Amino acid sequence: MNADIKRTADDSSTAIDRGQVGVICVIVTETALFTIFVVAYLFYLGAVQSGPQPKDVLECPWWPTICLLSSSVTVTVAERALARRQFRRFVGWVAATLALGGEFIRQTAIEWRRLIVVDHLTIKTNAFGSTFYSLVGLHASHVIVGLALLMLVLGVSLRGRSMLDQARRFQFLAWYWHFVDAVWVVVVSVVYVVGR
Amino acid sequence: MTAPPIAVVTNIFRPLSTPAESIAALSWLVVGVCLAIFLVVAGLLAYTVVRFRRPAVDLDREPAQVYGSSQIEIAWTVIPILIVIVLTMATARVITEVQDRPRPEDALTVRVIGHQWWWEIRYPSLGVVTANELHIPVSTSSNQRPTFLQLDSVDVAHSFWVPQLAGKTDLIPNHPNWMWIEPKVEGTYIGNCAEFCGLQHANMLIRVVVESEDAFSQWIAHQKTNPPAGQPGEKLFLGLSCVNCHTVAGTSAKGTFGPDLTHLMSRQTLGSGVMSNTSDNLRHWIRDPQTVKPGNLMPNMQLSDREVDQVRDYLMTLE
Amino acid sequence: MQNVAAIETIPTNVSADLGVRTTTEPVTATLHEWLITVDHKRLGVMYIATALMFFVVGGVLAAVMRAQLAFPNGTVVPPDVFNRLFTMHGTTMVFLVGMPFLAGLANYLVPLMIGARDMAFPRLNAFGYWIFLFGGVLLYFSYVGGEGLAGRGTAPDVGWFAYSPLTEHPFSRGTSTDYWILSITLTGLGSISSAINVIATTLTMRCKGMTLGRMPLFVWLLFVVSGMVLVALPPLTAAQVMLLLDRYLGAHFFDTQGGGSAILWQHFFWIFGHPEVYILILPGFACASEIIPVFSRKPMFGRAAMLGATVSIAFIGLGVWAHHMFTVGMSSQSNIFFVISTMLVGVPTGIKLFNWIATMYGGRIWFATPMLFCTGFLFQFLVAGLTGIMMAAAPFDWQLSDSYFVVAHFHYVLLGGLLFTLFAGIYYWFPKATGRMLDERLGRWHFWLLVIGFHLTFDTLHFAGILGMPRRIYTYAPGRGWEGVNLVSSIGVVFQGVATLCFIWNVVRSLRRGAIAGNDPWDAWTLEWATTSPPPEYNFATVPEVRSSRPLWDLKHPDDPDWKFE
Repeated sequence: MNADIKRTADDSSTAIDRGQVGVICVIVTETALFTIFVVAYLFYLGAVQSGPQPKDVLECPWWPTICLLSSSVTVTVAERALARRQFRRFVGWVAATLALGGEFIRQTAIEWRRLIVVDHLTIKTNAFGSTFYSLVGLHASHVIVGLALLMLVLGVSLRGRSMLDQARRFQFLAWYWHFVDAVWVVVVSVVYVVGR
Repeated sequence: MTAPPIAVVTNIFRPLSTPAESIAALSWLVVGVCLAIFLVVAGLLAYTVVRFRRPAVDLDREPAQVYGSSQIEIAWTVIPILIVIVLTMATARVITEVQDRPRPEDALTVRVIGHQWWWEIRYPSLGVVTANELHIPVSTSSNQRPTFLQLDSVDVAHSFWVPQLAGKTDLIPNHPNWMWIEPKVEGTYIGNCAEFCGLQHANMLIRVVVESEDAFSQWIAHQKTNPPAGQPGEKLFLGLSCVNCHTVAGTSAKGTFGPDLTHLMSRQTLGSGVMSNTSDNLRHWIRDPQTVKPGNLMPNMQLSDREVDQVRDYLMTLE
Repeated sequence: MQNVAAIETIPTNVSADLGVRTTTEPVTATLHEWLITVDHKRLGVMYIATALMFFVVGGVLAAVMRAQLAFPNGTVVPPDVFNRLFTMHGTTMVFLVGMPFLAGLANYLVPLMIGARDMAFPRLNAFGYWIFLFGGVLLYFSYVGGEGLAGRGTAPDVGWFAYSPLTEHPFSRGTSTDYWILSITLTGLGSISSAINVIATTLTMRCKGMTLGRMPLFVWLLFVVSGMVLVALPPLTAAQVMLLLDRYLGAHFFDTQGGGSAILWQHFFWIFGHPEVYILILPGFACASEIIPVFSRKPMFGRAAMLGATVSIAFIGLGVWAHHMFTVGMSSQSNIFFVISTMLVGVPTGIKLFNWIATMYGGRIWFATPMLFCTGFLFQFLVAGLTGIMMAAAPFDWQLSDSYFVVAHFHYVLLGGLLFTLFAGIYYWFPKATGRMLDERLGRWHFWLLVIGFHLTFDTLHFAGILGMPRRIYTYAPGRGWEGVNLVSSIGVVFQGVATLCFIWNVVRSLRRGAIAGNDPWDAWTLEWATTSPPPEYNFATVPEVRSSRPLWDLKHPDDPDWKFE
């Protein structure tokens, strides 16, 4: 029954695919969500009386940024490979994306450990702590979700070639990944560049 | 415990102070415009409903299928925009008139600090502290006396609303606000806290007593005095834990969690407007405030009958 | 080319019954079918039925409040119970009645109106319903989940907009506020899911010939509403997450005792809250925009303007939120900005009102129950909009805000406006969904009793506000001049209650013994009337040709079709 729906939906009179519309809607709504956390961060910037301040404890995250932005490139290469049915290439580039994304998360964990243990900045230290951890944490959680989906793709691909029929769905994942990277660009600008 | 009947009806269209008057004047304009719009549109709707009812004998013919009319549609876009322009200009003028009035150097300034569920009132330049009843001088044409209130809160958000004196302004912790009132007629004005602040929000009334310059000076002078020492019940009172929360000037009672009691008996009501200030009511309160204003932050102090009487007698001396 | 006769020959023996049981299936099998369904029509019915149940519950909460306020120094309920009542009433009506109702209408009607077989994501549709239901049940579970301060359960008691710092840990002990946060986050997820579904369906599943411009206004409005949901719900979710972080991890977003800002909560909440009220009312406009033309026998006057006005409301509506905050002490410039934007949004809203009236003007109006309710809506929404303009004048709002005048205003919008159009929609589409007509006589009783009750209750409350009565007070002293209006207001509740009972009785009775509706009992013009009542599971055996926004008009009037003029 669901297959029937898919068939009629795909040869509808429009050129857009409902999955694409769905992912775009998710991106729009997530953008609204992130915007509020960014606004909260900006609201308290410079307004915090006590405790560690951004310029005291934040260091420019150039390496994690390189990793994450490169992962957008690797995921695009993977997407193209899948579209051309180049399965082994596809799997390789997915693994690369996972590795880069994983390194990003590892770096975030290292940074947080330093902030908490050395600089004594926690979510409850002051409003900077609250807005920093919530914004960066929200982003990191979205990266983790993306990594989980990529791991699922990798896992499925190690057991067979069914991903060859899922190029359309992989594109949605790639779009989500690009969105997460775009959010990181905003977060870096607001928190690490402007904020310091 | 029932609250005393108040003979004052707080109608926003009976302003007796400058800001309230400016607001009322604007409000009448807006109401007038809206009424005119209502009459026109509702009239048209009523006419349409009556005139274009399907007749009893329906000839099964569809009426002319009209899709729109550019002229009409432009007209009913432009006219509302013009109305909006007029109203916003009138509104903007009153906003700046009321909000941006500069505070004269010598104006009377009072700090009003919101608590769950009472009002702390301080006259910083005059050294007076009281609660729940604000006294201010009347403003006359020969002696203009606006009073500026600085509003703050120690706990949650409250709102100062005495309709006949001014529009309401919120008391928000960490965010001091200013407002001003300029009452023209002497009397006692009633208001309610107008921002839901928890259990006893309904019973957080404010009284503003507007009096002549002389009466006000006398009141201030009286408030600055310390009550006579050595009154019956004073020792008992100071030995109980009342002093942890309440202040009586000139004694060892220096608590600030609850209202200042130095001149308790000079106030019209108890419990921020919950009951009138009588001996019996005071006794009820001391005995068990939870039966008068359930949930308020003064617990039942578990005093014996004798202790209650003595404390009441002592407080009755704090005039 | 299809002709009228072809439409009538859609076989009726393949129609899917919706509760009018003609088989001898055991009840459990039917229940199971409904539990696992992904059919948009069934989910639509489930959404609306659940919304109506919560409506009755919310109404009972209100009735108890009005009993408490009927007389000064009321003793019907103690203060903590009263504070839970108004919190639960507001939260229920907005999130558990208004939102699911619009989801139900959208999910039921959008595929039918665009000639599609189902929504774009049927399983997401089911997910949205069940997570909404879970959220609603979680909210009410708060009544029994644990000890409150007075042992009366821990239902939330901070007001439906939960201002900080009242919601912070020092002032909101226990878990009541957490129930509010969690249940509303869940229902919000459901709303967002529905919105994604409506947008994807509208953009990708229209039948041949149905360009975006030819979609019924109902679909257009719900499409715009869905876009607003995508953008307006996340601020609430974000703020709630922040509040949870404050309460449990010691963060300082809104916790004024630790440097946080109470005003920031208000901004975030109202950035959600104001678009939310447009999200609530636009589906009501959508119903009115379908019903008024059909019962006036004329096309919508100024269709393009209606679309333009809707989009304007959506955009401008994102920029008016701080008119809920005129008393918090924003600068005069900020206040003036929001005065302008708020008054401005009244212009497209007024335009819509004029367009509806112009549609009726020159028509041949049939005052069947749907049209009765729409007419009530038009008068009442006019008043509601005008009291809104009054409050848009910020200094006037400095008096009216947080008083019963506001309570009267928004009940005029949501009860006098939205609820009347929702009832109109029910009376209009009930025949399509069930195959049976609702009884006209009972419908009239429902309408007139509701009109009387509504006006008794809410006209008076305007005056209570003018006389200085603040909202959210559990009682008041005699002598303030509030006794008379409160008593009359409470009497109105009785009429509203009886009206609701009439409606429930009408539904129950008509499901069994209502007149058979046929495909098109109202002689209407949009695609849902081109299939059986109720429609078969697949909706359309053949979709009629679409060459204008009124495909069935074109088929019924081949000599005077819309596509010659549109």
